[in-house]
Amino acid sequence: MTPPPIVVRVKQKRIGELVSSGKRLDGRGLTDYREIQLEVGIIERAEGSARVRLGKTEVMTGIKIETGQPFPDVPNEGVLTVNAELVPLASPTFEPGPPDENAVELARIVDRGIRESKAIELEKLCVEPGKKVFIVFVDVYVLNHDGNLIDASAMAALAALLNTKMFNYELEGGELKIKPGYTPLPIRNHPITVTFAKINDKLILDPWLEEEQIMDARLTMTLDKDGKICAIQKGGYGYFTTQQILEAAKIAREKTEELRKVVVKG
Amino acid sequence: MKIPKRKTEKKKSDPSQKKPEKLIDKDDMRLDGRKLDELRPVKIEVGVLANADGSAYIEQGKNKILAAVYGPKEVHPRHLALPDRAVLRCRYHMAPFSVDERKSPAPSRREVELSKVIREALEPSIFVEYYPRTSIDIFIEVLQADGGTRCAGITTASLALADAGIPMRDLVAACAAGKADGHLVLDLMDVEDKAGEADVPLAVMPNLNAVTLLQMDGSLTIEEFEKAINLALDGCKQLYTLQKEALKSKYVAVKEDVEE
Repeated sequence: MTPPPIVVRVKQKRIGELVSSGKRLDGRGLTDYREIQLEVGIIERAEGSARVRLGKTEVMTGIKIETGQPFPDVPNEGVLTVNAELVPLASPTFEPGPPDENAVELARIVDRGIRESKAIELEKLCVEPGKKVFIVFVDVYVLNHDGNLIDASAMAALAALLNTKMFNYELEGGELKIKPGYTPLPIRNHPITVTFAKINDKLILDPWLEEEQIMDARLTMTLDKDGKICAIQKGGYGYFTTQQILEAAKIAREKTEELRKVVVKG
Repeated sequence: MKIPKRKTEKKKSDPSQKKPEKLIDKDDMRLDGRKLDELRPVKIEVGVLANADGSAYIEQGKNKILAAVYGPKEVHPRHLALPDRAVLRCRYHMAPFSVDERKSPAPSRREVELSKVIREALEPSIFVEYYPRTSIDIFIEVLQADGGTRCAGITTASLALADAGIPMRDLVAACAAGKADGHLVLDLMDVEDKAGEADVPLAVMPNLNAVTLLQMDGSLTIEEFEKAINLALDGCKQLYTLQKEALKSKYVAVKEDVEE
């Protein structure tokens, strides 16, 4: 990744000063999210898909389902695979080529949220124990980078999974025969991810690009529908105090409730 | 010429490695005889590699990890250099023989992620602004893994940085806490990590109360999470003492050598 453009010092100072007084450059409160727009089922060829717009950040996620071999240690369970692409058209700082550490980290954070909350009922995705199971490919595709890719990607992934339809099938002599009709992918939990940035020793939620560029550190928390924490990731060159971490956990509990209503409609 | 891929016979897993029925017995004793809040036996050595500017070695339970630091030195390739500070680079890598089933030496996605979070855990401790246009390279090699390698790697690499004489705000000590069989436990070993309910690796600069690495997977209520953090911090403090001892003992040895 090419280094991001430098944020002008006066602007850096201004963002910092505003945050210190509980305000932000775009008029949001410290824990406000940008406007969230969600569309689902936009890619017909994919089993499930969603596009999330978080302000100007835009992420599309597609779900493909294929059959394959299970892992030997869990022969009765389907397989979840998450991949993230920082597509070069999304930002002047993204470059073509294999996923860099940022893309790998993004994919693994999204993966951890879905996996650790046991969101997908993987045990229902077994065709023949030890031989054939369904593999759920979650492909996160970043289309426009304006900060907080993690939350947008996690939201898009959950929305796409909730929108995923599996084809009906019959097993005939070890071969899958596709039958007409679809059933929804079995989902039991709804993990929601929120990301804090620390600027001037204050925590803000949903940092946009310039806030991300000047933040000291980043803290991402994923909570499931029972309000339990299922994944955490600290990032960035700075640090958090234990008080800040516990404060973040409390804010995260409230905020994930609120966001869940947006992503999981009905 | 392309070498045809040969399918290797998967080693039948050792029955002792299978998920045990219980991780913690009724007397709150763990499988390796530890108490819930007890660290594994730790052995640390500083200055173990001749070529590196700084190095350290740790044994924590069955973990055996080497860390080396090269730098500050000229950056290659040069365009990566930063005008106002040193570039910190970090590679966390597991030896193919470090785990039960041979691990491919090519960096896995897990190693790519861990290299990044370890770098971000160590960077806050270093005065990178003292060395503009240079790089400081950290290499962590896991020779044998038994759970908690990222934490042990950080504990070791921080000592290697100190051994290289790089100015630091504090040492970084790292330790995981987690939940196994419904109990909060300190310093998870491999089985507890795999069969347990949650794992919370944490790194801290103890003198500054600055948490530089925090990850979690599993499932914890916020109250349990708070307890887990405090438990992990406690473990870090114990490791911090051991780190300082190890660092001092190197110089005691040097002093004795000189006086002879």
